[in-house]
Amino acid sequence: MGAISIRKVEKRYGHGPKANAVIHGVNAEIADGEFVVIVGPSGCGKSTLLRMVAGLEEISGGEIAISGRVVNDTEPSERDIAMVFQNYALYPHMSVFENMAYGLKIAKVPLAEIQQRVDKAAKILELGQFLQRKPRELSGGQRQRVAMGRAIVRQPQVFLFDEPLSNLDAKLRAQTRLEIQKLHKELGVTSLFVTHDQVEAMTLAERMIVMNAGRMEQIGTPEEVYHRPATTFVAGFIGSPPMNLIKGQADGSRFIVDGQTLPLPGAAPRSGELILGLRPEHASLRPAGNLGWQLKVEMLEMLGAERLVYCSAGSVLFTVRVEATLVPPKIGDIVTLQAAPDQLHWFDVATTQRIA
Amino acid sequence: MVERRPTLGILAHVVLILGVLVVAFPLYVTFVASTQTAAEIVQAPMSLLPGSHLIENYTAALQGTGMGQASNAPVGRMMMISLITALVIAFGKIAISLLSAFAIVYFRFPFRMFFFWAIFVTLMLPVEVRIGPTYAVVASLGMLNTYAGLTVPLIASATATFLFRQFFLTVPDELVEAARIDGAGPMRFFKDILVPLSTTSIAALFVIQFIYGWNQYLWPLLVTTNENMYPVVIGIKRMISGGDAATDWNIVMATAVLAMIPPALVVILMQRWFVKGLVDTEK
Repeated sequence: MGAISIRKVEKRYGHGPKANAVIHGVNAEIADGEFVVIVGPSGCGKSTLLRMVAGLEEISGGEIAISGRVVNDTEPSERDIAMVFQNYALYPHMSVFENMAYGLKIAKVPLAEIQQRVDKAAKILELGQFLQRKPRELSGGQRQRVAMGRAIVRQPQVFLFDEPLSNLDAKLRAQTRLEIQKLHKELGVTSLFVTHDQVEAMTLAERMIVMNAGRMEQIGTPEEVYHRPATTFVAGFIGSPPMNLIKGQADGSRFIVDGQTLPLPGAAPRSGELILGLRPEHASLRPAGNLGWQLKVEMLEMLGAERLVYCSAGSVLFTVRVEATLVPPKIGDIVTLQAAPDQLHWFDVATTQRIA
Repeated sequence: MVERRPTLGILAHVVLILGVLVVAFPLYVTFVASTQTAAEIVQAPMSLLPGSHLIENYTAALQGTGMGQASNAPVGRMMMISLITALVIAFGKIAISLLSAFAIVYFRFPFRMFFFWAIFVTLMLPVEVRIGPTYAVVASLGMLNTYAGLTVPLIASATATFLFRQFFLTVPDELVEAARIDGAGPMRFFKDILVPLSTTSIAALFVIQFIYGWNQYLWPLLVTTNENMYPVVIGIKRMISGGDAATDWNIVMATAVLAMIPPALVVILMQRWFVKGLVDTEK
C-alpha cells in the first residue's frame, strides 16, 4: 500500500538523436507512509520526476509503480494520488466546498459521503468557516490549505507536493511546514514533496533525494545527507553557508594548495589530487600562531545569532561560522583555523564522489 | 487631465456637448419625424417639435396598416424575425467558436496549426468577398427565405474563435492538470471549468454578435425575397418607394426607431458584463 518504486526512470523530450534528455535513469524505493523530499536547484528535473509519478508527464524509459502496480500507462485520476500545486490551481469559479468536492463528484461518490469527507478535511485544516467562499476571497495561506484539503478528501495512497510553500511569505511558510508535518503524522500517507529550499527539505524529510542535472546525487535521511554528502554537489548544496570545498594535493597529513602547505589534523585517506570539504560551522578560529591553518580575515558578516568570517590563505577562500557572542577577529587579522579530523570530507576530483 | 483649470474644464465640456449633439441630433430628428404625419414631414422647414401622431404612427408600423405605395409589411413580424436571426447568430457563433477554440488550444491533432491558420485567414476575408459563392450554395440548398438561410452562413466566426483561443491560452496549465487528477475528462473540463471561466467573454461576445446579427443588411437583402421573411433592417429599405411615388416617411421613421430599440437595450442591459469581458479576466 502506498509504496512508490521508481526504476531507471528517464525523461526525454523529442525523438531520435535530437532528443533532449532531462532525467537520466533515476532509481528510488519509497516505503509506505514515508515522507520523501526531492530537492535540487531549478532545472534539475525534480518537478518533472514528480509529474511523472503523477502521470502528467509521459515516462520515456523505465517504470514507476505505485502500491506495487506499474502505472506508466495509467491516467492520473486512476493512480490513487493527489497533488498540491505550487500556485494551488484552485478552480476560481467554485466555492471552497465545490473545489474540494469536485474530484469526488466526478468519481460519483454519494453526496452524503462527499459532505462528510469535506467536513472532516475542513475540520483538520480549520477551513470550516470558509467553505462557501470563492478562492479569490481567501488569503494565500488559506488557499494553500484548500489545495491540501482537495488532496486529503480524495483519501489517496500518495500525496504529491510541487513546491507548495514557495508562494507564501516566510512566516507563513514556517507555519505551514509544521502543519504539513503534523498532517503527515496524523494521516500517515506516503508523501513526495518537491522543493528547492533546503530548509524545507531538511525539516520535512524522513528521507531526501538530492537531484542535480537530471541525476539523483544522493538519497538518505537529512542527517546522512548533511553529515556524509555523497558528492561535492550535495556538499555544496545542502548547508548554509555552503561547505568549503578546496582542491589540492594530499600527501599524508599535509594538503598542498597552490604551493601552500596546510597541515591536516589527521592523515588524508589517500595521496594525490583530492577535494577537501569542511563546513563553516565545523571549523573554529583561534588566535594566530596556534597549530592549524593560518588565514587572513577578509570580511565579516553579522547574522544575529552568529557571524560569518570570510578568510583567505593566498588564493584559497574560506568561510567560518562563529557564535556572535564571541569577540570577532578584525579585518586583516591573521587567525588559526582548526577542525576535528572527523569533520573533514574527502572527494575524488574526477568523479566528485565521496571517498571518506 | 491632471491639471485643474476652470477654462480647460469648460472647453472640455463644450467639446463633449458638441459631440453629443452631432451624434444625437439625427436620432432626435428621426424621433420627431415619427410623431408627425407624412404631409407635415415634407413641409420645408420641417417642425423640430414632436407632433401628435406618435401612437397612430407606431401602431400603423407595427401592424403594417400604412398607406405607403411600397411595402407595408407589419414591422412586428419583422422585429420577431430580426430577433430570432440575431439570437441564433449570436448563440451559434459563441457555441461554435468555444468548441473550435477548445479543440485548437487543448488537443494535439495532426495539422493543428494548419487549421488554426485556416480559421485565422478567414478573418481577413470580408463577407462581401465570398458572398457570391455563399449565395449559390444557399440558393441551391433551397434555403432562400428561411431562417437557416438567414443565419447559418453568418455563424462561422474567426474573430470569436480567435478571442476564445487567446482567453484559453491564459488559463493556467495547472488548472487543466488539477482537473485531470480529479478525473475530469475533456468535455467535463470544458463544461465544468472552461465555460464558467469564460462567462464574461461570452457576454461580451454576445453583445457584439447580437448587434452584428441584428444589423445585417447585405446578406438578408440577397436571401429574402418574401415579405414574410424580411428582417426589420430590410423592411425599412423596402418601405421606401423609388421614383416619384410618395413614401410614408412618418412610418419609415417609426420603424427606424423601433429597429434601434433591441440593440440599444442589449447594450444598456449588458454594459457591465461587456466591459468586464473585454477588460478583465477572472483567474
